[in-house]
Amino acid sequence: MSAALETRRLCKSFGALTVAEQIDFRLEPGARHALIGPNGAGKTTFVNMLTGRLAPTSGQILIGDEDITTLGQVARVKRGLGRTFQINTLFRNVSVVDNVAFAVAEREGVAWSMFRPASAYRDVLEESMALLDTLGLAADARLAVAGLPYGKQRLVEIAIALGLKPRVLLLDEPAAGVPTMESHRILEVLDALPKDIAILIIEHDMDLVFRFAQRITVLTQGAVLFEGTPAEIAADKHVREVYLGERHV
Amino acid sequence: MTHAGGYVADSRIRAIEWLPWVLAVICFFAAPTYVPLGSYVLTMIIFALSLDLILGYGGIITLGHSAYFGAGAYAAGIFAARVTGEPLLGLLVGTLAAGLLGLITGLIILRTRGLALLMLTLAITSLCLEVANKATDWTGGADGLGGFKVQPILGLFKFDFLGKTAYLYCLVVLFLCWWLVRRLVYSPFGASLTGVRENNVRMHAVGAPVYQRLVISYTISAAMAGLGGALLTQTTQFVGLKVLGFELSGELMVMLILGGVGRIYGAFVGPLAYLVAQDYLAKQFPEYWYFGIGAMLVLVVMFARGGILGIIDALIARVRSRPS
Repeated sequence: MSAALETRRLCKSFGALTVAEQIDFRLEPGARHALIGPNGAGKTTFVNMLTGRLAPTSGQILIGDEDITTLGQVARVKRGLGRTFQINTLFRNVSVVDNVAFAVAEREGVAWSMFRPASAYRDVLEESMALLDTLGLAADARLAVAGLPYGKQRLVEIAIALGLKPRVLLLDEPAAGVPTMESHRILEVLDALPKDIAILIIEHDMDLVFRFAQRITVLTQGAVLFEGTPAEIAADKHVREVYLGERHV
Repeated sequence: MTHAGGYVADSRIRAIEWLPWVLAVICFFAAPTYVPLGSYVLTMIIFALSLDLILGYGGIITLGHSAYFGAGAYAAGIFAARVTGEPLLGLLVGTLAAGLLGLITGLIILRTRGLALLMLTLAITSLCLEVANKATDWTGGADGLGGFKVQPILGLFKFDFLGKTAYLYCLVVLFLCWWLVRRLVYSPFGASLTGVRENNVRMHAVGAPVYQRLVISYTISAAMAGLGGALLTQTTQFVGLKVLGFELSGELMVMLILGGVGRIYGAFVGPLAYLVAQDYLAKQFPEYWYFGIGAMLVLVVMFARGGILGIIDALIARVRSRPS
């Protein structure tokens, strides 16, 4: 069976600086996979190559059986690749429900329509509201995003991506900046995500990673250091040395 | 009164939105000596509306919008001088010419953003100005283009020297533009422009063809600016280089900011306030009337970022929140 998302010998260098080296990576359909690594390991570069913001120097990226290496960002979204951002990337002065509706409208292909009022597209609005409801944001739907507490903004970040009904979802540090007290709410949301979405999570919060992921890939200096189940990762001496540190295990 | 559009917005026309039209008709009967100024104000409102569409909704900052206004003005003038003085055809020619210019230039310049884009918009106006200046056979160069005759509208309504026909003509065209802009702003297309303005990166990430959206909105806006230019040519029966100048673009930007950006009606209030103030100040203080305009802008930018309509909104909010 083909992977939901796959890279083959993916490389990226900026001049003499190599930030991704021969990365072979498979994200299985419905996977709960985490990508970890110290700062500067190349996680963000890797994600940017997956989403099409950055072109790899060599190697291949596939969604299912299709080679998408040369496709742009928009074409990849159309093939079911959704993402969230480490730093909130929201439509700040727009209502929460519109934030989601913008994504739903693009997916439904209605966003070019110029003459009917947007409010006449009841299905877009209803789908967006239903989605917010599942994330516990229904009460905030009509408020501007900028006025929401930070933790809720992180949830809107996820909600927009879900509005695309992705088959593959890249979560870039979904709990970044959220106090530990509130990060359980993010985890609840992540646990409740549809099982058929293949999820790759990039995260620094090891508690969250170990509770959420079924597989973990460790990246250091642009290369895959180790891949395995959380138990294998925790037991691996190498990983402990370069990344986890004794106190985490 | 912000007219933000989106999927929960109520797009029905509110009672207050008829006010400008009622006032426009009242002015026509109540102040006949101001009718020519009124026509000019209406024309500039069309121009400001076209800018609001891309600046207020799409977030495209431009100082070159006079390129399209001027293209429409010259196209209509040349058409009247060389082909026919039929006004509606002339409007169509002006609109299409400016729209085409908008499409071609938009395809090139909208690949850039921020300051680079601002510089390119300036460059396009300058180029157009130079072309109009040098192509004297067609444009009359620095002397301007005049002496053409504009026929009666639909063969029925002659342009009178008091400017009454011109005023009503401008009013009808403005009404159509307003209707179109309002439709666009409340449509999914308009909502997606808001998305681009609010967060370009995210818009890409939800799969929106951002560049194509911007080019299309820019083309529509340019066409509407050209329509305004063509209207000015027909109502004044003259085109001069001033319509292509960078100063006009700057003035337009000032008018829109004064009225309020991204609100539709800011494009109504701004030109009206600006041009009436200009008319008044120029009579009272002929030597330093620009000082008054400058002071007005400084006050608005410092204390009321939402423009005149923003001030009104804030006042209404204050009255409503006061316990009775």
